Amino acid sequence: MDITWYLVLSAFIFAIGVAGVISRRNPLVVLLCLELMLNAGNLALVAFARMHGSEAGQVFALIVMVIAACEVVIGLGIIVAMYRNRLPIDIDEMSELRG
Amino acid sequence: MSATTFGWLVLAFPLAGTVINSLGWRVLPGRLPGWIASSAIFLAFLSSIGALIKLQDHPAEERHLVDSLWTYASTADFHVDLAILIDPLSVFMCLVVSGVSFLIHVYSVAYMTSDRGYSRYFAYLNYFVFSMLLLVLAANFVILIIGWAFVGAASYLLISFWYRRTTAVEAGIKAFVINVIGDVGLVIGAFLILDKTGSLDFLQVFSQVDQTFTRNDGTLVAACLLLLVGAFAKSAQLPLHTWLPDAMEGPTPVSALIHAATMVTAGVYLIARMFPLFEQAPAAADVGAIIGCATLLFAGTVALVVTDLKRVIAYSTISQIGYMVMGVSAAAYSAGLFHLMTHAFFKALLFMGAGSVIGAMAGIQDMDRMGGFRRAMPFTFVTFTIGALALAGFPFTSGWFSKDEIIGSLLNRGGLYAVLGVLGYVGAFMTAVYAFRMVFRVFQGEQAPEARELEGGHMAHGDPVNPMTGEPEDTDVGFPGPEHHIAERDWPMKAAMGPLALLAIVGGYIAIPGVDNVLEKFLEPTFADSRFADTHPSTGAEWIGLVIGGVISITGIGLAWWVYIREPGTAARLRERFPRAHNFLSHKWYFDELYDAVFVRPATTIGAFCRRVVEADFVQGTIVGGATGIVRVGTSFARSIQTGYLRAYALLLLLGVAGLTLYFLLNSS
Repeated sequence: MDITWYLVLSAFIFAIGVAGVISRRNPLVVLLCLELMLNAGNLALVAFARMHGSEAGQVFALIVMVIAACEVVIGLGIIVAMYRNRLPIDIDEMSELRG
Repeated sequence: MSATTFGWLVLAFPLAGTVINSLGWRVLPGRLPGWIASSAIFLAFLSSIGALIKLQDHPAEERHLVDSLWTYASTADFHVDLAILIDPLSVFMCLVVSGVSFLIHVYSVAYMTSDRGYSRYFAYLNYFVFSMLLLVLAANFVILIIGWAFVGAASYLLISFWYRRTTAVEAGIKAFVINVIGDVGLVIGAFLILDKTGSLDFLQVFSQVDQTFTRNDGTLVAACLLLLVGAFAKSAQLPLHTWLPDAMEGPTPVSALIHAATMVTAGVYLIARMFPLFEQAPAAADVGAIIGCATLLFAGTVALVVTDLKRVIAYSTISQIGYMVMGVSAAAYSAGLFHLMTHAFFKALLFMGAGSVIGAMAGIQDMDRMGGFRRAMPFTFVTFTIGALALAGFPFTSGWFSKDEIIGSLLNRGGLYAVLGVLGYVGAFMTAVYAFRMVFRVFQGEQAPEARELEGGHMAHGDPVNPMTGEPEDTDVGFPGPEHHIAERDWPMKAAMGPLALLAIVGGYIAIPGVDNVLEKFLEPTFADSRFADTHPSTGAEWIGLVIGGVISITGIGLAWWVYIREPGTAARLRERFPRAHNFLSHKWYFDELYDAVFVRPATTIGAFCRRVVEADFVQGTIVGGATGIVRVGTSFARSIQTGYLRAYALLLLLGVAGLTLYFLLNSS
């Protein structure tokens, strides 16, 4: 199968993720969309690895997964902290860093 | 130990005294700071004697010892050491400075007893002596300038010692500003010499003066005139003298130490030290001699009418330094330095006596209020009279020998100098009159109420007021305590005045014409290269001069006696007869008013203008306002980007990455 299809699929998933990060207000969904973007990247990495027949891309995909897990831990931690402090679960309300 | 080791010790002891007194002001009890300071100076005096003895071991041609502690600055072909020069001149100055300073320290131990700044006072005093010794021991211009600036700073600190007195603070500022004018002159003069000779070491500069400069070379004359500016500012010569009378705001021992015996003679020392330069630039030396003569006449006339006791002595100091400047400028080096030494003795003595009287008057310095202290303070009366006799040049006192040695040398050189010498006799006549004007007005005549009280054993206790303005004073800080008034009742004061009175009489016997001239022989190695080393007035001429001087002195004293004792109303009648002349003199020739109009008021006007227009409109408005405006516009743009919305940041990030990616894609194809 031609690599183009994989890359097109990867681009679609990435675009969906971007659209979600930019447009959604629920931080949980934003996190999910971030995961989508990371996994789109993973897909592209694995596809290239297979095309070149080397394992470097796969190793990178594994590292990205580790990073994604870390990021989820921190992100969810922030969301739980927001919840505990009875803050609105809405990232547009969290704009105190306005200049 | 070698002579230079003693030289370093001379510097080390006063410095140690300063450090101990300034760090230990909280813990040192009672009079201990005073005794620490006095013993530090006494050790410095002993070290000076050590240096003298060791120096005399060397053959006469080799009595220029330079010793360097470390390199102060070193660049390409320019090299300055922290070095001292031990030669007869510097050892002589060390002996005079440390010896007189020691006695004044002892006097201060008693005089300042009740002062709240006792330890601070002695720290300053030791610092001053250290600076003065550094000045006279310096082996190059840099160290000289450092010592020069240090004594200026010490003088400022001590004049403003009672810092709650506005008049004292103003006097300190005035002294400092005028001294800085002199410092600038000295520094620029040193630059000119460095530029032409390539060296700042005294001995090296002196050795190549004759090859580098032709006689009266323009640059050398300019450099010498600039050095003279420094000397005139420090020694209170015309037209930079106005600070010295105001400096009398400081405690009286300070006036005795700094403003009579030591610091103000630094200018005389400078001219004597720089003699090879001045001999190669006789035009500048003539300027020095003429200004010295003008100053001695001017200050003499003012001292005749001023009624503030300390200011009379201050003007007398200006006048006597005029003699010294005239002497050393006219190549009569040992005569000028001889007068420097005897003047240090009798003028310090006069100030101490004045301090004693002012103490008895509870701080009042006006001679119009004084009178009849003879029986109340017999010791002060005797010593003060001895000081006045020496000042007046009464026969067989020290001043008689030293003053006439200067005048004799001037007459011997002839021409212009002879005219200056004759004018010196005129000044000597005025000196005798004003010296005994003080004695007769303070100690003779009708008794002041304070004198009567003191005779009954009571000390006058005035209210704490400023003697100059009559303002009430804050006695908590920066002011002598209420028990400040001491009139010769404490033994250290007598212990200091006694030896000085003795020296004021016998100090002149080291140089009696025709008998011996110890001082000149001692100083000879320093001035051996002088062109005028062999021109001495004959012994006969000197004795004729001495007789003339003695007659003038006795006539002057007689006139003072006539005016103030025989016909007591004469002074008042003269004042009424010549109101203009009296006004002119009692306003000190309007120098202060002139400087106020020419320098001070324009400066304050310019200052006010700058504050109002330049500072407000230009600096604050244009420069500061413009800079803040630019920053404010920039930040308001940067702030508008910071919306605080996460998605906006994400979008910007994405657009940035997309833009970069596009850029590289387009470039790579």
